[in-house]
Amino acid sequence: MSVPLTLLGLLEREPSHGYDLKRDYDAFFGRGKPLPFGQVYSTLSRLARDGKVVISDVAPGAGPDRKRYIITDVGATEVEQWLTQPVDPEPHLQTVLFAKVVLALMLDRPAAEYLDTQRSAHLRRMRELTEIKRAGGLVDALLADHGLYHLEADLRWIEMTGARLDALRKEVRP
Amino acid sequence: MSVMLEARDVEFSFGQTPALRGASVAVEAGEILAVMGPSGSGKSTLLHCLAGILVPDSGEILFDGARIDAMAETERSGLRRDRFGFVFQFGQLVPELTAVENVALPLLLSGVRRRQALPRAYDWFARLGLDGLERRRSGELSGGQAQRVALARGLVAEPQVLFADEPTGALDSLTGEQVMDLLVGAAREQGTTVILVTHEPRIAAYADREVMVRDGRVNAPDRVAS
Repeated sequence: MSVPLTLLGLLEREPSHGYDLKRDYDAFFGRGKPLPFGQVYSTLSRLARDGKVVISDVAPGAGPDRKRYIITDVGATEVEQWLTQPVDPEPHLQTVLFAKVVLALMLDRPAAEYLDTQRSAHLRRMRELTEIKRAGGLVDALLADHGLYHLEADLRWIEMTGARLDALRKEVRP
Repeated sequence: MSVMLEARDVEFSFGQTPALRGASVAVEAGEILAVMGPSGSGKSTLLHCLAGILVPDSGEILFDGARIDAMAETERSGLRRDRFGFVFQFGQLVPELTAVENVALPLLLSGVRRRQALPRAYDWFARLGLDGLERRRSGELSGGQAQRVALARGLVAEPQVLFADEPTGALDSLTGEQVMDLLVGAAREQGTTVILVTHEPRIAAYADREVMVRDGRVNAPDRVAS
């Protein structure tokens, strides 16, 4: 899971305070592993340093001042590139794929197209592994099979998610 | 490479139910194309239109530049017999015939004499690891053996296009992959174009390229992504 890109994605939805970002991150992506406040603010500081977000205003409060962050064009471009580019097909991608789908729906982007692109990247890798299987010996075949079965599991998840995009859209964009 | 088979904006309905809604796809000579998609997406209907089994309500099907959809049934039947081969999910062997007679069937139907057809059919048994099973009937073969016999039958007449509709759907994973390995090996050796309908990614990975059929339309994500 890429925390900086996920926070940037959440910020593209609307300018937000660190507290709101943490709340939404934990609700949609944290699932039993909440993001520590310290990591939220250190990540936002780095994003600000790199010109991907700016602070729009500071509201004084009882505790520390509340800063509201806005995504910049540089940050938005990075989110766009991240969403558009398929992830290198390798096992155990579910968290990053899930984050991309949810953010794409939140941002009204073509989530189905992203899934198609990812499916294509997965199948391309599966073709490579199948060729290794066909050309190599048993050891090569078994190693390739391990990768193939994991990629296949991802693909099944992609199919199921693709079939439920409308329902998921309603859930993440109430 | 040249285009061997093409569907252009094909529409087809079963009664009031549309199955294909402007499906277009092109397959190059010698290419192995996987046609994927969920159940009911129209992928088998697309295969049947490409093979000249079904005639589209509108659109065109071109084989080697000729309009199949405009041909008379007898002409399409001849095309299916002489130029196309078929493998289905369940081998659909003729139970009254021996395995070798099943393999020889396309040759016999094309007018090849029995004494010439049977030796050609026998050759396939060694090639597909079926030695010793030539005289068995389909009821005496395992699922994997029957499917290999069906594959031999599909390729014995050296068709230009092999249509394979879920050819491993009734087999366990290992047997299914062995059948695919043989199918791809034999097709490449003969230069046969293959249209492979499957919903299984591991089977589609044996193809050169995949297209997705969804709601009666064809998406080619590989080409979009590249």
